[in-house]
Amino acid sequence: MDSIMLKYDLAVIGGGPAGLAAAISAYENGIRSIVVLERDVELGGILNQCIHNGFGLHRFGEELTGPQYAERFISKLSETSARVLLGTMVIGLNSDRYITCVNKYDGVFTIQAKAVILAMGCRERNRGPIGLPGDRGSGIFSAGSAQRYMNIDGYLVGRRAVILGSGDIGLIMARRMTLEGAKVLAVAELMPHSNGLNRNIVQCLDDFGIPLYLSHTVTDIFGKNRLDKVVISQVDDRLKPIPGTEKEFDCDTLLLSVGLIPENELTRTAEIPIDFRTNGAVVYDDMQTESEGIFACGNVLHVHDLVDFVSSESEKAGKKAAEYITGGCVSIHKAATIDIKNGNGVVYTVPQKVVIGGPEKSLEVFFRVREKSEKSIVEVSSGNRIISSFKREFLAPGEMERIVIPRKLLENINESIAISVKSGGTV
Amino acid sequence: MKEFICTVCPRGCRLKVDEKKLTVTGNGCIRGIEYGKNEAVNPKRILTSTVSIEGGLHRRLPVRTDIAIPKSMLFDCMAVIHGCKTKSPVIAGQVLIENIAGSGANLIASRNM
Repeated sequence: MDSIMLKYDLAVIGGGPAGLAAAISAYENGIRSIVVLERDVELGGILNQCIHNGFGLHRFGEELTGPQYAERFISKLSETSARVLLGTMVIGLNSDRYITCVNKYDGVFTIQAKAVILAMGCRERNRGPIGLPGDRGSGIFSAGSAQRYMNIDGYLVGRRAVILGSGDIGLIMARRMTLEGAKVLAVAELMPHSNGLNRNIVQCLDDFGIPLYLSHTVTDIFGKNRLDKVVISQVDDRLKPIPGTEKEFDCDTLLLSVGLIPENELTRTAEIPIDFRTNGAVVYDDMQTESEGIFACGNVLHVHDLVDFVSSESEKAGKKAAEYITGGCVSIHKAATIDIKNGNGVVYTVPQKVVIGGPEKSLEVFFRVREKSEKSIVEVSSGNRIISSFKREFLAPGEMERIVIPRKLLENINESIAISVKSGGTV
Repeated sequence: MKEFICTVCPRGCRLKVDEKKLTVTGNGCIRGIEYGKNEAVNPKRILTSTVSIEGGLHRRLPVRTDIAIPKSMLFDCMAVIHGCKTKSPVIAGQVLIENIAGSGANLIASRNM
């Protein structure tokens, strides 16, 4: 069977915030032949269902809702020559940048691109990986699914709810359900601290008197058809439930806000190496993966806290992909590279690899810390030698950190650098 | 004396505000004072929700208040929002309800649909 084969300079997989910013940036950097592949019926990705405000403070200096933030990029993209294919699912990708797509108009078809940007975002962790015990009745949703049912499809998912996990989506849904007339009985958080923004603890829980149970988890679920009871228990410092601390809640709904996983099935299909720390591709400082001409950005690379940072990272990927295409598709990875490693107190870094003598004057590194600390020093070192250090008033695991290292300082390094935190004290 | 978690930055200082004297303690920086006073005297929030829409791509249109409203009026505004129906096409920023529930804020569409 002969199938259709389309050729583009750049193919962007995913039309959410990352894909939109990457495509616009590639256009602004001179690329005209661009295709954006989006599986949903419209662009914007998860922003469309995030109807709350708080987006864009860094980028636009104002508080937009998710749809408003998306709209700015969608309208900008519509002014470019980029072609958008909606309702189009990418089902295959290989390292030669052949993309297999399917949609209901054209069936199965192939796209060959000089460069590909992976911008597939992330998906929610569900009940399986966290091993929730109990009955399997209806009424158990991931928080984001419930958000979609409510905000796009117009269904209130339940009347009395318990929420497991105090990530931002869980907190936002606690407020959303309360405003729509449901009763949120409790938010349970396994860890002794919430990983949601303070602002969401205050405006989504405290404003409505919703109790947050720290160091608690769900230990039983009852309801053969529809959920009717959830049991939560306190956990000890090894996160094991403590017998005798059970609390029962009569409820019809349990929402899970228990983490996000970068959606890298295509990345694996193309045999692109994945970093086990981020669950995203290993990338160089030009956002290029180990597979030449394939770039990655946004939540498919590592889960971000703020969409503003997704946009700026994706603009960089778009610009670098444009340079790769206009430069005759010659990878700079043939040059010498060094690795960036986790030092003390650091959980991951992006990028993971750096090209020595890259074109930029400085190297931007994003990372996350293991625990909260105050008045800390972030150190960049190679072996025993400290290359550079940065003061930070306050560090927290929920806040992605960024440092900018002058490239001059990296000139004589030939193995690796490590990023570590010297804490002034744990909070 | 009222207690708040400051939301100006991620540190989340525990503020204590004397409502009569309007003095703030527990703040780690100067920005906490302003925040603490506002939270004690007249806390305001932007309200976001959805309204029913006919003929649109989806069944619900996301909406927001154009400015922050007093926290005490959130449910009054929600009661008005529950009765609101609109028809496609709607333009982002279009005013759907003026001065919603007497709050002084307009309810506007969050997107085109």
